[in-house]
Amino acid sequence: MIQDYIVFVGVNIVLAWSVYVILLAGSLSFANGGFMAIGAYVSGVLTVKFGFPLVIAALISGIAAGLIGVLAGFPALRTRGIYLMLVTVGIAVSVKAVIESIDYVGGIQGFGGMVGTTPWHVVGLVGLVGGGLALLSRSPLQRILDAVREDELSAASLGINPIYVKLTCFGVGAFLAAVAGSFYAHYLIHVSPDQFGIVLSVFIVLYAVLGGTNNMWGPPIGAAIMTLTPEFVRGLEAWRPTAFGVVILCLLLIRPDGLLAFRIATTRTKVVAGSKPKQST
Amino acid sequence: MDVYPQSILSVDGLSKSFRGLTALDQISLDVRRGEILGLMGPNGAGKSVFINVITGLYPADYGTVRFLGRDVTRLPSYALARLGIARTYQNIRLLRRMTVLENVLVAIKDHVNRPLRSLFTRNRARFVRAATTLLEQFHLADKRDWLAGSLAYGEARRLEIARALAGKPSLLLLDEPAAGMNERETEELGDTIRASRKLLEAMVIVEHDVAMMRGLADRLVVMDAGHKIAEGKPGEVLAEPNVIEAYLGTDEADE
Repeated sequence: MIQDYIVFVGVNIVLAWSVYVILLAGSLSFANGGFMAIGAYVSGVLTVKFGFPLVIAALISGIAAGLIGVLAGFPALRTRGIYLMLVTVGIAVSVKAVIESIDYVGGIQGFGGMVGTTPWHVVGLVGLVGGGLALLSRSPLQRILDAVREDELSAASLGINPIYVKLTCFGVGAFLAAVAGSFYAHYLIHVSPDQFGIVLSVFIVLYAVLGGTNNMWGPPIGAAIMTLTPEFVRGLEAWRPTAFGVVILCLLLIRPDGLLAFRIATTRTKVVAGSKPKQST
Repeated sequence: MDVYPQSILSVDGLSKSFRGLTALDQISLDVRRGEILGLMGPNGAGKSVFINVITGLYPADYGTVRFLGRDVTRLPSYALARLGIARTYQNIRLLRRMTVLENVLVAIKDHVNRPLRSLFTRNRARFVRAATTLLEQFHLADKRDWLAGSLAYGEARRLEIARALAGKPSLLLLDEPAAGMNERETEELGDTIRASRKLLEAMVIVEHDVAMMRGLADRLVVMDAGHKIAEGKPGEVLAEPNVIEAYLGTDEADE
């Protein structure tokens, strides 16, 4: 059904952007599936048990996830590279475990009754987030994020506080993942903890990485392709996951930096003959 | 009352050791308003460690650092940069995948101090103009849209200095700016440094190159094995027997 495609592609685009926002400041997050779960459950409880309107509940759950992200991220973002990644994996795993143990939201049985998401909610969300990222990509803030991603040490000696910048990005990424999770849950009606396993987080990262993370257009393209590919190879029956895996491997072999690998400069003066800007790969 | 003391940076009894190995032993010195202070010494004398402790990369074990009268000993790098201490690195650290112009723009204090507000900054052309003017002074304006990583060595060094100046610092610390440069490049660098001088309150240059230091520095401090062994006018200091001895002990005495 076309409505399903719009909602699932849109939710996945926002999820891919939520990883992209965190990656802007150089941290790779495998926690976004967990933040999505927080969004789904917190907003679900608010609408089903307390009668909140969907959009308000989605925003509240986003803020909750953002705060949890900042609290969990503060110790994590002081560590670097592979350790930071492991901490984000830990966040995703613990969120799932905590939800499973809370009977109030149905434990491992899951939680139901959420309704109200229309394709317009999702299209609006994609538009808002995309607009914000477009504004960002031409602003001085983009350069500050790029500087932290390129070299924290030189960023710090220019007066940029790398931890503050990374933490803010982590919080915003968590917020976006949770809002996407809210809309997702209110479309599916019923969610259960096993939907939010670590594999989900890995997939969200794959959306962004396959699309390319050097500009804002890569993640949505990656998300759209990865969401629709399993549908297009539906006829292959039992070979479907295999075909999906082959597509991922091929993409990584052909475009190791993602489909759209180039970075767009935040500002450019009139290009003088002979001083063509070189594109990075 | 003297609100602005004569010394911009005042270092008192600064010590730092790494696993029992003393890198800085009770270093005290002042950087005075308007001067270029040269910091010399053979390899391993502790010059780079000194710069790194001053700029908050390593915490000091003992001693105090005062900048414009304020105790800044325990502040992190970014806070020191915001107060007006800029630096360059011995192994040039540019944002290599960003353009030359972006490298300068990123250092502008209005944006750095309030990153979130910079999302809505208006009249950005003003900043681009200021950055371009700075690049013109450093003969990099025609390459402003190049990626910083594609610059030649001498150009990269000039860009790093230009970027440090973009934040309008009071004090600039240059860590071995002539390292790896040939004679002609070193000479050009000297011109660059002289040109930067009027944009700053004071400058500290860590350098091996004796000829360059003789030509540039108003005052010299010589270090050896973590100690300060001499301080004064370049001509006098370089004639002192213990300085000559410290330098003859290495292969740096190419005068």
